[in-house]
This record gives sequence, C-alpha cells and structure tokens, in this order.
Amino acid sequence: MGTKLNKAASGTANYVDERTGIGALVKFLSRKLFPDHWSFMLGEVALYSFIVLLLTGVFLTAYFVPSMDIVTYEGPLATMQGVEMSKAFESTLWTSFEVPGGLLIRQIHHWAALMFTAAIMIHMARVFFTGAFRKPREINWLVGFTLMIMSLAAGFTGYSLPDDVLSGNGLRIIDGVIKSIPIIGSYISYWLFGGEFPGEVLIPRLFTAHVLLVPGLILGLVAVHLFLVFLHKHTQYPGGGRTHKNVVGLPLFPVYTAKAGGFFFVVFGIIALLGALFTINPVWNYGPYDPSPVSAGTQPDWYILFVDGALRLMPGWLGGFPFEWEIWGWTLSLNILIPAVIMPGLLFGFMALYPWIEAWATGDRGEKHVLDRPRNAPVRTGIGVAVISFYLILVLEGSNDIIANLFHLSLNDLTYTFRIAIFVVPPLAFWITKRIAMGLQRKDRELVLHGHESGRIVRHESGEYVEVHTPLDDQERWLRVNYDNIAPMELEPQYNEEGVARPGYKWESFKARLSRFYFEDRVEPVTPAELAAAQHHGHGAEEHDSDGHAEATEADAALDAELAELKKD
Amino acid sequence: MSIDNHTEHVEFEDPGVPDHRPRKADVDDKADKRAERQTAFLFGLSIVGTLIAVVGYFAIDLGEDVESIQRFTMVLGLGIFLAMIGIGLGAIHWAKTLMRDHEMVEERHEMRSSDEAREGAIQDLKDGVVDSGLGGPKRRTLLKGSLITALAIAPLSVLVPQIGSMGGDWNVSKFRHTMWTAGTRLARDPDGTPIKASDVTIGSVFHVIPEGLNDLEHHLIEEKAKAVVLLIRLDPKDLNVQPGREDWSFDGIVAYSKICTHVGCPVALYEQQTHHLLCPCHQSTFDVANGAKVVFGPAKRPLPQLPIAVDDDGYIVAQRDFEEPVGPSFWERLQGDDSTAEEVDH
Repeated sequence: MGTKLNKAASGTANYVDERTGIGALVKFLSRKLFPDHWSFMLGEVALYSFIVLLLTGVFLTAYFVPSMDIVTYEGPLATMQGVEMSKAFESTLWTSFEVPGGLLIRQIHHWAALMFTAAIMIHMARVFFTGAFRKPREINWLVGFTLMIMSLAAGFTGYSLPDDVLSGNGLRIIDGVIKSIPIIGSYISYWLFGGEFPGEVLIPRLFTAHVLLVPGLILGLVAVHLFLVFLHKHTQYPGGGRTHKNVVGLPLFPVYTAKAGGFFFVVFGIIALLGALFTINPVWNYGPYDPSPVSAGTQPDWYILFVDGALRLMPGWLGGFPFEWEIWGWTLSLNILIPAVIMPGLLFGFMALYPWIEAWATGDRGEKHVLDRPRNAPVRTGIGVAVISFYLILVLEGSNDIIANLFHLSLNDLTYTFRIAIFVVPPLAFWITKRIAMGLQRKDRELVLHGHESGRIVRHESGEYVEVHTPLDDQERWLRVNYDNIAPMELEPQYNEEGVARPGYKWESFKARLSRFYFEDRVEPVTPAELAAAQHHGHGAEEHDSDGHAEATEADAALDAELAELKKD
Repeated sequence: MSIDNHTEHVEFEDPGVPDHRPRKADVDDKADKRAERQTAFLFGLSIVGTLIAVVGYFAIDLGEDVESIQRFTMVLGLGIFLAMIGIGLGAIHWAKTLMRDHEMVEERHEMRSSDEAREGAIQDLKDGVVDSGLGGPKRRTLLKGSLITALAIAPLSVLVPQIGSMGGDWNVSKFRHTMWTAGTRLARDPDGTPIKASDVTIGSVFHVIPEGLNDLEHHLIEEKAKAVVLLIRLDPKDLNVQPGREDWSFDGIVAYSKICTHVGCPVALYEQQTHHLLCPCHQSTFDVANGAKVVFGPAKRPLPQLPIAVDDDGYIVAQRDFEEPVGPSFWERLQGDDSTAEEVDH
C-alpha cells in the first residue's frame, strides 16, 4: 500500500509543480523556524476565532432575512405571538427556535465574536509590552491596529442585525453621537439611515457591511499581516543564542503544523463549548425594536463598553458650566463629542502612532528581533499600564449600574468617583508601573552581582554568620544582563559657531525632551567589570570563603561595595 | 548613574542556545508508547464527539419551548466541542511529546534590499519614465495635469449620484417636527387608546403616543421615535411651573418628551418620591417637578415639554407641537423655521 500511495503522491506533486513551480515555495515555507512561547498563541486565537466566525456566519446567512419589513409573529414562541416585528427579528427567532442547531450556530458565532475582539486586544498588548512593534514591524503594527478597528466594526454591525430592542437602542445612541458632529452630523445620519432614524434601509446596509465589506477587508488585512510575519520571521524572547540577527525555534512542518493546526481545533472546541452551555444575546427576551421601551441594566457587547462608559462619565454640566454650547445659533455638543468622538480618536491615534513616537525617543535605527522583557522598558510598560487603566475605568463606568446594584452603591457616587479616577489613576498607574519595572531591573542587577540566596548559613571563624549565595549560571546571567541600555539623546546647540540657527532645531529639541522622558531614569545592566569587582569583594561566590582573606577586611569591602551600589542607583 | 570608564568595556558573552534536554519519550521507549496511546485516545475522543453531534441531531426532538431547545443546543454543542478539542489536544500532545523539540537556528537577513538591487530598481523606473515619454526633454505638463485631474475627479462620477441617493430626501429639518398638532389626543403606548385626565392619578406615569400613530401607513416607526411622551401627574403643590409655561400643564399633569436630550435613548425610569426621570442608557437624570431640568449625568438640556390641555370630552390633548426639537442635539438645532426655539431654550 505504501509504495502505491507514495507513487500517487509524487505523481500529483510533479503534476502541480510542473504547472506552478510550487516546489520552491514549499521548500521556503516547510522548514521555516518559529520560536516557541505561549504568548505567541494570542494572535492565533484571534485568527482562529475569525475562521470560526466565517464558518458559522455562512450558515447564519442561510436563515437570516436582512429586511425591515414589518410582519406579525406566528411562530412557536408563546410570548411573541401576534407581536409586530421586522423580518430580521422574525428570522432571528426562526433560526433560534425552529432550525435545529440554529441557536447553537448563533451562539457560537456571537461567542466567537467576543473572543475575536478580546484576543486581538490581548495580542496587541503582548506586542506592545514586548516591543515587537519596533523596526522592521511598524507597518505590521499598523495593519494589526486596522484589524482591531475592523473587528469593532464587524462586531457592531453584526450585533445590530437581529433588530431587537437592545441593539436598536444601541443604534439610536450611535445616531445621537453622529448628530453631535459639527456641520455634517445630521447629513451623515441621513446618509447612514437613508433618512430619519431608524428608517427602512439600515438592516440591509449593515448586513452587506457585515457579511461582505468588513470581513473582506479583514481577510485581506490578515493576509498582509501573516505575509509580513513570514517575511520578517517571528520575533523571539531573549535568551542564550538569540540575537537580532538569527531566529531560534522549531520548523513549521511538522511541529507548528501540528501545534498551530491543532490549536485551531482547540479554539473552535472551546468556542463551541461556550455556545453550547452559555446563552448569549437571547433576543426573544428583549423583543423587537420599538423606539419607546428600554430596560435597565442592559449592556452593549464588551468591546463597546468603553465608549458607553465615556458617554456616562462626561457631565452635561460641571458646576454651572455647560458642555453644550450655542455659538451664533449653532449647537456644539461637547458633552457627546468629547467622550464619543474625540476621546476614541485620540486614544486610537496614539495607539496607531506609538511605534514612531518611541522610535523618536530612542533614535535607534537598527532592526529589533529580540523582544524586550517589559521591565527593561519601564516607561513603555508604564504607558501601557496607564492606557489599560484608563480603558478599564471607562469599562467599569460603562457597567456602573450593574456595579451599583451588585455592591449596593450609589450610582451617582460611582460616576463622581470615576470622573476623578479617570484623571488620577492613569498617571499614578504609569508612575507605579515604572517604579516596579525599575525595581525588577535592580533585582536583576543584584541577582547577577550577588547570586541567588541559597538558604545556607555559614559561620566564619570570627563568629560572623553569612548566607552563602549561589552564583547565576551563564544562561540566567545572560538573560538578566543582555538588554539595550539606551541613554537620552544629546541635543546639539541651536546655533553653530557662527551663530547661525540650525534648521529643524525645534523638532530635535522635542525628540530630545521625549528621549529624556523615556530614558533619564534608567537602571543599567551589570557589566563584566562590575561583576568581577563584586566577586573580588567576596560577595556571592561561596568559594571565596576559602581564599584566606582576612574576614574583617572582606566584610568592610562588602559594605563599601553595597554603599557604592546604593549611591549609583 | 555613571559607569566607571577606566574599566574596559567588555560585554558579557552570549552563552549560546541552551543544551537540549531530552524528554521522557526521547529516552524511554515505554514513555514513547504511552504518549502515542494518549494521542490516539484524544483522536478517539474526537470521533466520539462527532457521533454525539450527528446522532443527537437525528435522535433528539428539538421541541418548541426555550428549555428543550437549549437542551438540544447543549448536546449538539458538546458533541462539536469534543469533536474539535480531541483533534486539537491530540495534535498538540503529539507535537509536544513525539515531534522534534531540539531547537534549530536560522540566520535573518536585513529587510533592506542590497545597494545593487536598489540601484537596479531606480534605473528600471527611470527607464520606464523615459519610455513613457515623460522623462525626455518635453515636460508634457498638459498630459500630466489632465491625467491627474481626471483621476482625481473620476470617482465623483460614481460617488456623487450613489451617495447622493443614500440619504433619502436629505431634509434634515424633519428632526424639528413631530406629529403632535393642536388637538391631537394623548394615547396609550402601544394600543393607542386616548387618555382622560381623570385616568391620570397623582404619581402615575403614562407612556404616550399621539392618537392615530398606529394608523400611519408610512414612517410609523420614525414618527414614533420622535413623538413618544411621558405623561406624569404630580401633586400640584409639588409642581414648580416654569415661567412662560403656566398653561402648559393641567392640574399637576405634565407631558415631557421621552427622548433623552443626550443621545436619544427613551427616558423610561420614573422615581415617584423624587420626581426624577432617569435614562437607563447613560443615567441623565431630569427633575420633572422643575421643568425636567438636568440634575445629573451627561445631558445638558431639559426634556422638551409638550403643552397640553383637556378637550370637551375630558381627554388630554396637545395644544401644539413641541416648541423645540426633541432628542439629541445637532449642529443646526436652533436654525430654521422654529421662531420660538430660541426663547424656549433657557
């Protein structure tokens, strides 16, 4: 059987290769090396959730009717008997209650969407905190950023399709936000809804965006994203033998074919389990869209919470100061624009531009393929945590009614607290994180210089007790000393010797200030000379107590070294 | 922090890729066999899952109530879960125990193309420009200018008509009017029966639509989205009638737009004790006893008040339409034909 199969396989391979030259591609790809680390699977979770979304989405389109025509419900669901609803809502009920397995596909699809957006954001955080966005990957960061935005668009357009009262109120909020945009807001609203809200064309339009435009864009961008990953070769965590000029790992075929391929089935399985066990978006409890009813304690899908939270956080009046202005008869609604347009704009803009901002500060032009341990970039890590804390406060404020209910707190007090927290917590989070990171760096220094505590206490002849420290092995020491030690950029004077102003001085001085912000406080890695000095002073290495040094001088020297160490830091 | 400069700037030496440590299955034949059995078991689990899903689909009755449908969903879903996770865990277990785990090293090449490649590319482009007739002695500004202009405006030939048609009649002044007119009776939402003043007891709240809304052939839902009103009766001594609106209420009965002036959610939660109306979306809170002015939250403007009266049959009717646009603010809210809009907005 073996030879026959082999013959057939080689025959097919030959046939295809003679017509496509695919052999070269297989040669290029199959033994390509990928480094191993659990955090590299976060992006895979996103990709596989997307594949699950495509698969389940195709089945959903077999049942869903994207129409706002009004019909009267006559299906099996007793609570909806005789209720007027759009065909979109009716077909959602039909899919859920009359198509065997339809509810399951709906729930798998919705859970996969939540997983997709969550995985993208966590993957993005991983890339951020390890510095994987640095040269040559800045463009791929932008591609990934755009994918993140697209995932929000995909989520929101899909969420609104069943035309239930919850998503309908969500759309009305979007309409209110759009109308707040100066000059063109009302016209954008008319353009989107085909007239006044809610109109009769929105569901078909959202449907096309949801099943064609947005997934098409995502597919294209995913292709670019993965192509660039292959082109750049994957980044790797620091460690022995890993440099900016090599990649250490295991081959795509068979190891990652099995691991990553297998992981797709794991992700699919887990999403299926969520869809099987946990009800999500039970639109039959909400009812069809009607502009009049609304219920308390209903939240949008999690990825929209931060905008909703910002809308709740922003006061209409601060003391006697209004945030909606009338200027020469034109209305400017800052109470809506700031939280729902300007805030996300600034946040996303900052995220998109971050690789360049940091590159201005470092002035480094080399390719970076070895990742940073987050502690070795204290300012970046601090910025990341500050942004996350900012985001989380908005998410919490977006759930403030649920928090208030759960913990029996006053809703208003919660909002007042978050209004202060949004200004206080992120800077505090930045400062604390930066300090923790630098503390960890100092810990690394100490470990390199003095070794690990061994728990073994030795009594010297003089009667002094000391704990013996075990020196680090080569691999661990390398991990703790091998990081970029970047000094702040020096700014050349504005005027040269002839007193002529240098062009571009302002830009240079901005970059120098940025550089100081990033690198003024820093903990430098231990140098071999420092290590030698520490060992000479008898710290750490246990062999030293047999050297026959006078114990007293040794102890003095140790103290001196420690003092010097303290002064340095 | 400074580093002593007199010491040599020697760096630590890269110790190289750590030595490979063999796994159990690499050295112990029994462990190798065990790993193989475990992997096969996981693949077997997947086959069981597929059977559960397929057999369950045919064997279990979907039923008609929510519980039985959820039970069906659960069996099918657990089947898919097993079918998928069995393959996944099996493949990963195989890779981790039996496939190569001895790391390999590959060199990277700088992304930048070589100098020759760059020069070649630039030369090719230059040749191309010459071939096109643009690079020669003739500047051909007319050719370039006309092409750029044509390309820049060609999209308009599609976009202007298409986008132009997407916004309906673009008559954004519709935001300013609702279907309330003088004499329209206030009716219950959703059945549309008119409300008598005597039906409205102190402390009660009615969700209101204009009478006749349900008979609309077109744009019913758009009109409803603007016209919904809350009708509330307060003890007249609790009601602080706003100056200029002395005749807008009737014996403690007031009518306010239900659409939040923040971003347009229905303001549906009324607290009888405090006379506060709360929008559940973003928690703007309006004081009904004081002209529905904002007491908390992101809204800036009070809810618009609908002037009401009682007709000869004792039904509550609107005196006229709202005197300002209902719902969220928009740029041209105070513009246009509503001469009274400005005076109301204080």
